[in-house]
Amino acid sequence: MLRILNSYGALLLRAMGQTLLLALSGLFFACILGMIFGILSVLKNKACNIIAQIFVDVIRGVPMIVLAYFIYFGLPYGLNTLAGMNVTLSALQAGTICLALNCGAYMAEIIRAGIQSVDIGQMEAARSLGLPYWRAMQRVVLPQAIRTMIPSIINQFIITLKDTSILSVIGFPELVNTAKNVVANTFMSFQTWIIVGIMYLIIITILSRLAKMLERRLNRGRF
Amino acid sequence: MADSNPNIKIHVSHLKKNFGKLEVLKDISLDITEGEVVVIIGPSGSGKSTFLRCMNQLEEVTDGEITVDGNLITDPKVDINKVRERVGMVFQHFNLFNNMNVLRNLMLAPVDLKKADKAQAEKNAMEMLRKVGMEDKAQAYPAQLSGGQKQRVAIARALCMNPDIMLFDEPTSALDPEMVGEVLQVMKQLAADGMTMVIVTHEIGFAREVADRVIFMDGGYIVEQGPPLELINNPKEARTIDFLNKVL
Repeated sequence: MLRILNSYGALLLRAMGQTLLLALSGLFFACILGMIFGILSVLKNKACNIIAQIFVDVIRGVPMIVLAYFIYFGLPYGLNTLAGMNVTLSALQAGTICLALNCGAYMAEIIRAGIQSVDIGQMEAARSLGLPYWRAMQRVVLPQAIRTMIPSIINQFIITLKDTSILSVIGFPELVNTAKNVVANTFMSFQTWIIVGIMYLIIITILSRLAKMLERRLNRGRF
Repeated sequence: MADSNPNIKIHVSHLKKNFGKLEVLKDISLDITEGEVVVIIGPSGSGKSTFLRCMNQLEEVTDGEITVDGNLITDPKVDINKVRERVGMVFQHFNLFNNMNVLRNLMLAPVDLKKADKAQAEKNAMEMLRKVGMEDKAQAYPAQLSGGQKQRVAIARALCMNPDIMLFDEPTSALDPEMVGEVLQVMKQLAADGMTMVIVTHEIGFAREVADRVIFMDGGYIVEQGPPLELINNPKEARTIDFLNKVL
């Protein structure tokens, strides 16, 4: 175990950095997508609701590994042969898109449920005072919705962080992919995977502790 | 049009409202004049609350016209937000904004809609809280208040927009009996100040004491209306008699 840490520790740490980079960029765009589609699904407009529903259904209905293969290999090939366009995606770009779509769909559902969990009377009271829909949403509904969403969002963040390991299949040098190479070089599969497991465990434990602190702070002194 | 008589605050003509196939309001016409206190009574499911909610377009009407303060609010081209600024509403379940303390509940709309700057809005809010006897709870959150206190804050919040008309949707129905009095007291004061008020309630005693006119609704129609003593003590219609016998 020490031998692996000695010769490959720096490499694995760098790979962990890549995992975090991929997770963060994926989560960033996932939050944007989730917000857009979550709000589309609560608007009083059938077309918007249907668009959001289709997005969520399609992404949830496809395993992420299929999505990853499709975006990294399928899409550039298809665009090239069908439309004559030359598009190549780096593994980081493809991975980010893949995580953003996948996590975005679940975030959209979390955000929809959060907004719908706020009593309709809150919106009605704000509207009855003359506030336009968006102001009422922004000042009254969303602040209350976010508080109920936070535990689910944290959970989703953790799942997405772990899902970056799936993107080893498109050759992104994140932790799992790098560990595979280490095993191939050293044949020390038992020790390597223990090290990798502990590395994930540490990052995720730190993140969930931070998240718990944030949650407690947001809830301080309120209902 | 209603503006032939400038004293008419709310003019309702042949109002119909359906929820899907269910006809909740069938054909309602009514004029309410400035300073009038109108109390609407009737069995549950008679459409009273729906009717009230049509008056500020919280419910879209299916057919018919409603004019509030000279604005035809059933016309989609009218800016309903502008009209709502002048029409306060008080709900059965208070609907105070849970994420804000009492003072910020009162200041949100006036500041957000640029009716007042922060200092002015705060001064006005404190004055309204004094009016409903809640000034010592300005920093409390809604979850820390009793039902009666919440409802008094809700009334103060509506008053902060300086409305011409106040709508009350069963304001005491969700309260413990011993808290009903404090809310009715505030409403009585408002009526005495000359506010135009439309109140849906089950408090027949309050109707008798404060209303200028009592309306009895059933099955989506106005069955009977008149001065409170007349309607409550000498109802003409069989359905009114039947209802009053059950509730009195």
